[in-house]
Amino acid sequence: MSIKAVNLCHVYGQGTALEQYALKNVNLEIEDGQFIGLIGHTGSGKSTLIQHFNGLLRATSGELYYNGENIYAPGYDMKKLRSKVGLVFQYPEHQLFEVDVFSDVCFGPRNQGLSEEEIRARAVEALEQVGLDESYYRQSPFELSGGQKRRVAIAGVLAMHPEVLILDEPTAGLDPKGRDEILGEIEKLHRERHMTIILVSHSMEDVARYADRLIVMNRGEKMFDDTPRNVFRHYKELEAIGLAAPQVTYIVQALRKEGIPIDDSLITVEEARDAILRLVGKEPPAGDELQAGEKAPAESMPPVGEESGRSDGAEAEDESGASGVPDAAGAEVSDSSEQEDRK
Amino acid sequence: MLREITLGQYYPVDSVLHRMDPRTKLLGTLLFIISLFCTDSFLGYGAAALFLAVTIKLSKVPFKFMVRGLKAVLVLLLISVSFNLFLTPGTAIFQLGFLKITWEGLRTAVFMALRLVFLVLGSSVMTLTTTPNELTDGLEKGLGFLKKVGVPVHEVAMMMSIALRFIPILIEEADKIMKAQMARGADFESGNLVHRAKSMVPLLVPLFISAFRRATDLAMAMEARCYRGGEGRTKMKPLHYQRRDRIAQIVILCYLAVIIGMRFVL
Repeated sequence: MSIKAVNLCHVYGQGTALEQYALKNVNLEIEDGQFIGLIGHTGSGKSTLIQHFNGLLRATSGELYYNGENIYAPGYDMKKLRSKVGLVFQYPEHQLFEVDVFSDVCFGPRNQGLSEEEIRARAVEALEQVGLDESYYRQSPFELSGGQKRRVAIAGVLAMHPEVLILDEPTAGLDPKGRDEILGEIEKLHRERHMTIILVSHSMEDVARYADRLIVMNRGEKMFDDTPRNVFRHYKELEAIGLAAPQVTYIVQALRKEGIPIDDSLITVEEARDAILRLVGKEPPAGDELQAGEKAPAESMPPVGEESGRSDGAEAEDESGASGVPDAAGAEVSDSSEQEDRK
Repeated sequence: MLREITLGQYYPVDSVLHRMDPRTKLLGTLLFIISLFCTDSFLGYGAAALFLAVTIKLSKVPFKFMVRGLKAVLVLLLISVSFNLFLTPGTAIFQLGFLKITWEGLRTAVFMALRLVFLVLGSSVMTLTTTPNELTDGLEKGLGFLKKVGVPVHEVAMMMSIALRFIPILIEEADKIMKAQMARGADFESGNLVHRAKSMVPLLVPLFISAFRRATDLAMAMEARCYRGGEGRTKMKPLHYQRRDRIAQIVILCYLAVIIGMRFVL
């Protein structure tokens, strides 16, 4: 069960003066149960790429496989694909149209041709997943606040029971509280339902915190595809293409410049806090559940190529070797060579 | 999907015609259209074709872009050609049952077709070389004399440019909403007419809401920048006739004179 893109190209306005490559030879494979962060500056092809995953856009050339089936093969059921690969667009609240919240969430399952009973059950479940209780069901979606509207829209996609959930900047324009809540709910879906998540984001902090694999797009090409830890080591290259590393990475780099032997692969605030506490000889606060704790590296000194102590699914394990970092100690070159495709 | 719709689309290249004052192009198009209605000889259409060919060449716009505009009037063209062809009385050259083609009919049909094609091509030359903004600027200034008789020229021009400006935005918006609903399993293509009309609701409701939202935002933004109509308003790029405009005006007037001359002399 996976999404696999082979030499995917997409050209906008082919044959006109405005011809432009939106995607150029993108090769990637997305395994089941991964939490993927997709980053890139505006116009780098992220949105175009995700619209290929559920067949809304057709590649100019190249192939796309879902669960091993070529989706461009004649007779392939696109409608079914779209219910398996749920796509939540940017500002999804702009798609709301029904008279009340409940009927809007029912729209997706109804299009799937389910029984009325099943439709209702799914809508209730989806609304619960995004944290909206019964008091919202009969409200007009247009009277809700921005964050609530967005939850309704996300519930509208969740109600279709997708296997893969793609979210295009689900937190754009939300306040910090709304952002954390929505990301927390997505993380929960990933953890509890083992849903494959693809999160498009401009927040390096968010992807560092939640994603276990990071894909960096630049000018329609895949630039990095690795664990967040390894990708953020290239923070200088990321800056060159209009991105950055999480703030805490810069602090860590500055500390290292001062000769303090701190691991250079720390990407979340909690990890850095604990590492600094250990350096000054204090114990990190016990019992404090780390958000990214399961990905925290062992105490070995940098550079660390391999990750240890991963507790989440073994599928992600195989890319920890393909770090693409030349100095990674003991890094094994993964057999899927396109994964360390860096240009 | 919807992106492919062209609507008086501007083709961005640099040519003499692109740099010309929009008023000159408007006047030129108007006079060209008048000339088409003054002609009723092959020689006259030959002159019009020559004039059109030279302007298309000067505009540097690929010919196939011009032809695209013709697709829209193809049906109209076919209907008017067949009406003229079969229903004009005169000496018959071909008869099949009640269908009769006459010399006179053939002649009128050919002229009608040429007239329509030239009309569309001529106006596409203008729309392809002039941005919508230039066009409304040109209209506003060119029709400025109507202000004296109480026509709110500035307001009309402003409304026109806003409407034109919003067309691509709304098309893009419609495209986005359509995709978002398709991601939720909506089907806009199959089913009978009633079903299809119904399936437009999830597209139209959000589209209207967003259009109203944009309109309110725009009105607010304009007022925040002290917009209060055309009174005393200056332009960032005021229109001035250049030498090339004078030359173009002389050329087009000469062309019109030739066409009218042909009509009366020949």
